[in-house]
Amino acid sequence: MRNNTGKLAAVVSVIMAVVVVGFFLMKNRGSGTKIGADNFIHIGNGAEPKDLDPHICTGVPEFHIIMNIFEGLVGKDPRTLDPIPGVAEKWEVSQDGLHYTFHLRKNAKWSNGDPVTAQDFVYSWIRLLKPETAAEYAYQGYYFKNGKLFNEGKLKDTSQLGFKAVDDYTIQANLENPTPFFLSLLYHHSLYPVHQKTIEKFGQRWTRPENMVTNGAFALDRWEMNKIISIKKNPNYWDKDTVKLAGAHYYPTENLDTEEKMFRRGELHITNEVPLEKILTWQADKTGVYQTGPYLGNYFYWINVTKPPLDNKLVRRALNLGFDRTKIVKFVTRGGQAPAQFFTPPGTGNFMPKSALPADLSLVAEAKKLLAQAGYPEGKGLPPIEILYNSHPGHKKIAEALQEMWKSNLGVEIKLFNQEWKVYLDTMRTKNYQLGRQGWIGDYNDPNTFLDMLMSDNGNNRSGWASQAYDAVMAKAQKERNLNKRLVYFQQAEELIMEDLPVIPIYIYTRTFLKHAAVQGWYPNIEDIHPLKNVSLAATTLAKAD
Amino acid sequence: MGLRYLLGRLLGMIPVFFAVVTAIFFLIRFAPGGPFDSERNVPPQILENLNKKYHLDEPLLMQYVHYLNDLAHGDLGPSFKHANRTVNEIIGEAFPVSLELGLISLVWALLIGITAGGLAALKPNTAFDYIPMSISILGICLPTFVIGPFLVLVFGMWLEIAPVSGWDSIGDRILPSLTLGFAFAAYISRLTRGGLMEIRSLDFVRTARAKGLPESLILVKHTLRGGLLPVVSYLGPALAGIIAGALVTETIFSIPGLGRFFIESALNRDYTVVMGTSLLYFTLIFVCNFLVDVTYTILDPRVRHE
Amino acid sequence: MSSIAITMPTPENPALALAQEASSSLWMDAYRRLSKNKMALAGATFILIEAFICLITPWIAPYGFEQQNLEFTLARPSFAHWLGTDTLGRDLFTRVLYGGRVSLMVGILASLVSVVVGVIYGAVSGYAGGKIDSVLMRVVDILYALPFIFLVIILMVYFGRNIVLLFVALGLTEWLTMARIVRGQVISLKQKEFIEAAVSMGIPTRFIVLRHLVPNTLGPVIVYLTLTIPSAILSEAFLSFLGLGVQAPMASWGTLISSGVEVMEVAPWVLISPAIMLSLTLFSLNFLGDGLRDALDPKGAKD
Repeated sequence: MRNNTGKLAAVVSVIMAVVVVGFFLMKNRGSGTKIGADNFIHIGNGAEPKDLDPHICTGVPEFHIIMNIFEGLVGKDPRTLDPIPGVAEKWEVSQDGLHYTFHLRKNAKWSNGDPVTAQDFVYSWIRLLKPETAAEYAYQGYYFKNGKLFNEGKLKDTSQLGFKAVDDYTIQANLENPTPFFLSLLYHHSLYPVHQKTIEKFGQRWTRPENMVTNGAFALDRWEMNKIISIKKNPNYWDKDTVKLAGAHYYPTENLDTEEKMFRRGELHITNEVPLEKILTWQADKTGVYQTGPYLGNYFYWINVTKPPLDNKLVRRALNLGFDRTKIVKFVTRGGQAPAQFFTPPGTGNFMPKSALPADLSLVAEAKKLLAQAGYPEGKGLPPIEILYNSHPGHKKIAEALQEMWKSNLGVEIKLFNQEWKVYLDTMRTKNYQLGRQGWIGDYNDPNTFLDMLMSDNGNNRSGWASQAYDAVMAKAQKERNLNKRLVYFQQAEELIMEDLPVIPIYIYTRTFLKHAAVQGWYPNIEDIHPLKNVSLAATTLAKAD
Repeated sequence: MGLRYLLGRLLGMIPVFFAVVTAIFFLIRFAPGGPFDSERNVPPQILENLNKKYHLDEPLLMQYVHYLNDLAHGDLGPSFKHANRTVNEIIGEAFPVSLELGLISLVWALLIGITAGGLAALKPNTAFDYIPMSISILGICLPTFVIGPFLVLVFGMWLEIAPVSGWDSIGDRILPSLTLGFAFAAYISRLTRGGLMEIRSLDFVRTARAKGLPESLILVKHTLRGGLLPVVSYLGPALAGIIAGALVTETIFSIPGLGRFFIESALNRDYTVVMGTSLLYFTLIFVCNFLVDVTYTILDPRVRHE
Repeated sequence: MSSIAITMPTPENPALALAQEASSSLWMDAYRRLSKNKMALAGATFILIEAFICLITPWIAPYGFEQQNLEFTLARPSFAHWLGTDTLGRDLFTRVLYGGRVSLMVGILASLVSVVVGVIYGAVSGYAGGKIDSVLMRVVDILYALPFIFLVIILMVYFGRNIVLLFVALGLTEWLTMARIVRGQVISLKQKEFIEAAVSMGIPTRFIVLRHLVPNTLGPVIVYLTLTIPSAILSEAFLSFLGLGVQAPMASWGTLISSGVEVMEVAPWVLISPAIMLSLTLFSLNFLGDGLRDALDPKGAKD
């Protein structure tokens, strides 16, 4: 008996020894790796990109890569977000703001050496709008004259579209309405040029590394799904002397915790996010790797105004006044967010909303009064209100905090329920909810990107709120040529929202990430735009971050 | 068991496979939401274009017929989510990774599980029983989403002797396969102990013992074969699960495996990928169970397949 | 195949009346043997105490399970908060107590569903053999292949957010493996002499299955059951991700553990306390399970 036990014990110890030795043999990787020595930057990029086709993609991780391998007519200065020359050297705008003429630089080239011409843009914009392309961002082309009709298949004649190549290096664009943010829009990936011959040759497979031809500062080099995407300097890029990096590696870092650990092990220069639970730790870190900056987005709850008791404006206002926004950002979200006292984030396209919701509990007495006025003194008689959120620890925490605040401040009973993402979208769309959470990241730096969401015919308006006054003032703003007058209309629109409150603004987004000290030229900005063209790695020793 | 039996099993699988295709195809369409629903509402006209592009505008029955036709030609269709990949390519890239991870984990699981279970059965109700069984209970209570980050913390961050993510070097295989293998080892050790205890009480073992054969010989020669039966019948689905169900481990360690597609595709309503991965999983189960049945016959001569 | 001389166990008395008597004395014996097993008794005691505590939780919990203190988050264990607080400043001791109510109920009920369905299905399939067996087993194969997420989502869409659904959904997944295990066991049992004898005596099939086969599969069933309970408890956390199960701010051990993992590095106590409770419960269940298995095994008695 003793003998056998001994044998088994021996087997176990051998296995354990193998494990331990194995670990020590592996020590060469990991902490020993010095990233950046080859002048490649390592970036945590959130999710695995869906595609790298500028017309097909919709997500942020895709845009991070696409903005570096393609170049549109205009670029964007990452510090000021002002339009700067891209493929277009210069441009003119007509007095009425409807006609743009772009003059392309003659030395712009595709990564295979072909010149980038006006015809490339015409081809690309037609491709974006073609119904067969089924581009989800096709509506970015609706600003061109007849763009919408063409996309809907009601117009077949491409010559009637609002853009044409005057010659090889001149493009004229004619718009439906004066669109003050049009130049900013041109930086959006949906309006980037694509290489016709490559697409015609390879079809859907044209975005594979072995096929892909692009015109940006970098070109796609490697794409292993769920593992890595590498881009490297494009030797045919017209401004290649400005580009200091040899390339970049993007990692799909869906697990924030893993990403943070990769950073600490010195495997990443930049992370996509910081896990909520680690923010406090990193804030205390004095080495300056913790970065936070504003982000063009708001986090709010939709109120379904079609069903009682939330069809009552008084109840909606009571809910809006009855919780502490500052406490939420300070103790729950923790990433330096600002309490949302407005619907449109202040500063969006030079817009400063006027009337404000309280950031704290200063108006809680009024909230109680409103509730009593609505017939629910101290919340009595008010049936429990449900908060719907999609399953995610962050949304859950906010909902739990709000539930507790409304309960203790107003006596309102709240129930929570979560749903899986697509079911949640379906429930929201069919208005089978009372309060539902939403985060909205602006498409472009203009109040319109937030405010048009609440127009009664907008598919993104999930509240059921339909205000003729609002629709009218928004329509006026969208047609207005005078920039100041336009802002006045937006101001009126914002006031109407604050008056009726079909939403509960909660906080203004921030972006938090970790950045290695060696990274230079990576500027925080509200649109999260970081062209690698301007980024470099300082020659400091790239030791581990912690 | 002869060739006829093998052929019979294979032929018998065809109608079942067909039933699975049909069941899944229609089942997944009943769930609310579609592949193109997103936070940003897609305008109706654009949605129509998208549906047309992927033939989702056709009647469901037509889509089904088309799918069967493509399937018969070995084409699992394009992915809705990963726009420039076909399902065949996705599986082709991810399956080898998952298979490798799964097999390494299985080796760990069997090594640790059978050793611990055997040890416990050899000396029941002693420290040799209680300690391995207690560890195995921990292994069962602590799911991969606890074990994984814990191993990363200890070996990756504190001791800094193992990589925390990736799938390049041999070192990258260690923590994920241990994480995945540990849970299965826990189950296997319990089943081993149970099976061995069961067999040890049978007459022929007692006879052997009465004849004065050493306990180790009894364990290896007489009881291990029969005692492993429950383990073996557990292994069929477990092997399939270990290869296909490693979502958590894959996410924690950033491994480009198949597991994440199972959940991701379902959450994205990426119908073709759901179909492809489910069919693959079914085939895996079939193959694994088949292997299990073969092993069963070898281990337990009493089971005969007519 | 090898030279093992397979001596079959002594056949039980095949007469119907005697078989009945034998089986009732089997339960008596089992009870007697169980009461001698100290570890099993300790396990049973622990489970009973725990069940009692869960029953009276609302009266003994020091705080409300939803009661927050945002300025006192992730606090270390102290006199005010015995097990510390979580990310919203809620008392963990209270939440672990309440979580136990949910998790124990989920684990036990879901396992019961899986045992009842799995054992009957497996026994029938294994005993019937032939065509019936292969059809039933192919059905199991098909069910294995169906994507679980869709089953749950569709269940929820058509039946609403009903707590009963939780047990159905969990039971649905767990019974499949149980059925396979029981079937394997039954196939090897049914060729034994005592069953063959019972068949030749003309004892009704239903009786043979329920009285002879099922009790003889109890060993592996109990072992697997002790594995099913924790897996059901942990799966509940995944189902709550899909929106099925208890809603926040109510907690379960599964959800407490998964939120504990997020703060593992900064506040390990958030993870440790629910994990320890779950482990202790499983230890007890295991000792009880092993004890039951040994007690129910007539062959093991003389060892």
